[in-house]
Amino acid sequence: MTELLQQLINGLALGSILALIALGYTMVYGILRFINFAHGDLFMLGAFAGFYISPAVAAVLPGPSLGSGLVVLGLAMLICAVLGVVIERVAYRPLRRRPKLSVLITAIGISLFLENTGQLVFGATPKKFPEIIPVYPVLKFGGLSITSSQLIVLGVTLLLLIALRHIVLKTRMGMAMRALAFNPEAAALMGINTDWIVSFTFGLGSALAAAAGILFAIVYPSIDPLMGIMPGLKAFVAAVLGGIGNLPGAALGGILIGVTETLVAGYLSSTYRDAIAFGILILILLVKPSGLLGKKEIEKV
Amino acid sequence: MNRPSPGAEKLDSPLLQLDKATLRFGGLAAVSDLDLSLGRNELVGLIGPNGAGKTSAFNLITGVYSPSGGSILFDGRSMANRKPHQIARAGIARTFQNIRLFASMTVFDNVRTAARLHCPRGVRNALWRGRSFRDGEKEISGQVMELLEIFQLGKFHAAAATSLSYGDQRRLEIIRALATKPKLLLLDEPAAGMNATEKAELMRLIQFIKDRFQVSILLVEHDMKVVMGICERIVVLDYGIKIAEGTPAEIRAHPKVIEAYLGD
Amino acid sequence: MNIRHAKTFLLGALALGFLVSVVASHFNSYWLFITYDIAINIILAVSLNLINGYTGQFSLGHAGFMAVGAYTAAAITNQFGDLNPFAAGAVFSGALLAGGALAAGAGLLVGIPTLRLRGDYLAIVTLGFGEIIRVIFQNMQGVGGARGLSVAHGWTDFFWAFGAAAAAVYVVATLVHSTYGRGFLAVRDDEVAASAMGINPVRYKVTAFVVGAFFAGVAGGLYAHSKQFITPGGFNFMQSVSIVVMVILGGMGNTVGVILAAVLLTLLPEFLRPIAEYRMILYSLLLVVLMLARPQGLFTFRKQGDAK
Repeated sequence: MTELLQQLINGLALGSILALIALGYTMVYGILRFINFAHGDLFMLGAFAGFYISPAVAAVLPGPSLGSGLVVLGLAMLICAVLGVVIERVAYRPLRRRPKLSVLITAIGISLFLENTGQLVFGATPKKFPEIIPVYPVLKFGGLSITSSQLIVLGVTLLLLIALRHIVLKTRMGMAMRALAFNPEAAALMGINTDWIVSFTFGLGSALAAAAGILFAIVYPSIDPLMGIMPGLKAFVAAVLGGIGNLPGAALGGILIGVTETLVAGYLSSTYRDAIAFGILILILLVKPSGLLGKKEIEKV
Repeated sequence: MNRPSPGAEKLDSPLLQLDKATLRFGGLAAVSDLDLSLGRNELVGLIGPNGAGKTSAFNLITGVYSPSGGSILFDGRSMANRKPHQIARAGIARTFQNIRLFASMTVFDNVRTAARLHCPRGVRNALWRGRSFRDGEKEISGQVMELLEIFQLGKFHAAAATSLSYGDQRRLEIIRALATKPKLLLLDEPAAGMNATEKAELMRLIQFIKDRFQVSILLVEHDMKVVMGICERIVVLDYGIKIAEGTPAEIRAHPKVIEAYLGD
Repeated sequence: MNIRHAKTFLLGALALGFLVSVVASHFNSYWLFITYDIAINIILAVSLNLINGYTGQFSLGHAGFMAVGAYTAAAITNQFGDLNPFAAGAVFSGALLAGGALAAGAGLLVGIPTLRLRGDYLAIVTLGFGEIIRVIFQNMQGVGGARGLSVAHGWTDFFWAFGAAAAAVYVVATLVHSTYGRGFLAVRDDEVAASAMGINPVRYKVTAFVVGAFFAGVAGGLYAHSKQFITPGGFNFMQSVSIVVMVILGGMGNTVGVILAAVLLTLLPEFLRPIAEYRMILYSLLLVVLMLARPQGLFTFRKQGDAK
């Protein structure tokens, strides 16, 4: 029983990280109908940003402490937000009127570029992520162990989800995002500056991915330039699972995939771990392509 | 497979028969309980204000959507849950409201893809390139050029389909549909974007097609002059429901029709 | 592209391949192996072009089909290759065909669920399939698992490689340049209109996947018997992307262009050896620049509308 509970907690932590990445995918898809293939690499860049910033932060705010950890998190989110906006501006915006395939290929190119440049600049060997928050077991009961890092993951994710919800539902930016997702032409006619909203969305999504990267690095402190590939793909599956374009769906999908993967790896076989998410993807596309919370999109003839 | 109902062979039995055909999207009914029938060699118009369900009716008939209720019979056989390509094979062809030519192909190839329907050769044939292949290609080529020549587009056969003028592209779409040797041709707003001269030419063209190819035509059109000018019978839809049916003269004076177009 | 004398071309190519392989021992063996790579890449690019370029199904899992072919062929020759030295040709061709056939089966398994998917989704799902195949081989201890598989017989030579490439080009080109083949393009251009003209999009998409996968499998078999060592990691997403780059560079739906691109991209790493570590960076930038500046590929010189 405690084994199951332990796996659930582990799965929840992983799922939270996937959820944060998935939200970025789904937001961008919602307003542009485009899958940002390079999104997973922003997860990686977030982790590396944290890696390089933390000594500087530690000089000012001696760590590891909750405060210094949060500062690193915040700065990494900021850096990646800017990066996301730049990528959109340079590589995706010029292709906005072109067939979707062109921009998908460009996204693949950007992803490869980030990964390979990362290997060159950061070095391909994995680095140890420094302790930016104090890591200690918070709860030890029988065989059950919850660490402070897992609590931080869950806590930060929850806070970010609440913040995101506030932004999307209660602010003007959020309203504009929703309008754009619903009907791009009408939104433009209403005077909404499409370019601004797109940039904002990319920045927001990238910030969330960066947060996911830092949280991931806190729990699994080994980072390398290719670390974003698998989580990126799995988060995409999570977004599809929840219904692509649907924010609560993305969060739900992330949690589901994280928990499922952990349970299967723990109880059945860990070698097929990576294939589980893809299996889920194929299943959902066969059974309910619009996802768990999504609506059917009808093509107008 | 449905066997033709007894009497389908008789010449006066309808070619196309919709019986209480309904198409629903969630809670919205695009087409409601539509009764529509077309005989052989008839030219019928389908009109109604914007959003009346005319293109939805077309999409129902051609299998783009499956009916939520009612039945659709063509030549005595049910078309209700068939795929579009099967319905095309049965003898219904169409054009589209927004011209849907094959943009990467030439004029010739656009028609060629449709002409294949009645002269099908498959993978093995194409690979082996034997006598059967060459003969088949020659036959199709002949059919395609003949069709193009009839409509004076023969000289453009090697041109990119999208390089034609708008009017010619519309004609090409019709030619492509005719290449499938249909018994029923559905034209979706063929006069859209045309000036008066072109429209007059189109009216002559449609008459010509009906006579030359012995095909029934169901025409969706907004331009009243075109509709009144060539249709033998007119069906009027509003909000997915048939509100009137009759000759052009009857429809012109029909109170419900006038209300639908001018009223609230 | 003049397709009138396709069969003559094929026979000529096979004869040429045979002649060259007979005198092959006089050539520099390093560059000979490069020509095998060129041929293999041609097969991969041309077969993917049928799926991506001509039928418009953006598949990112082509390396998975290659893997199926490679492992199948290798398993067969490892098992039966020593039985009779004179039967080597028969065993090899049987192994290649079996690899192709199983890969074609995989193509069927991938093609069918993806029928209703478009663009981005299709790409990710095919990527997923490619990854699933890789993971399966990684866990298949019978063929070495993650440690890889040694291939006992390095039977790939100029005749086989060049001949297979000629066959692949022949099949794809003759298929597409026929009235039947126009259906692929029709499905790509406008599936709805194609259906309305009596073309069954399902059949065309599945056919494209099956034929494309078959040749990817054959290419995999040739690859296995050239390198004589294969690992699941060699058939990953990166490999699929390299094939995609060839197709895009050559111009989707342009067989000649794709062949040229395959040759170019096989030779380029040889000449870029001094800056080998920058290769992938350059490739990725190339992709981005291509899409921004010249999406029709390097070797496509016609405007839209010319049937190819």
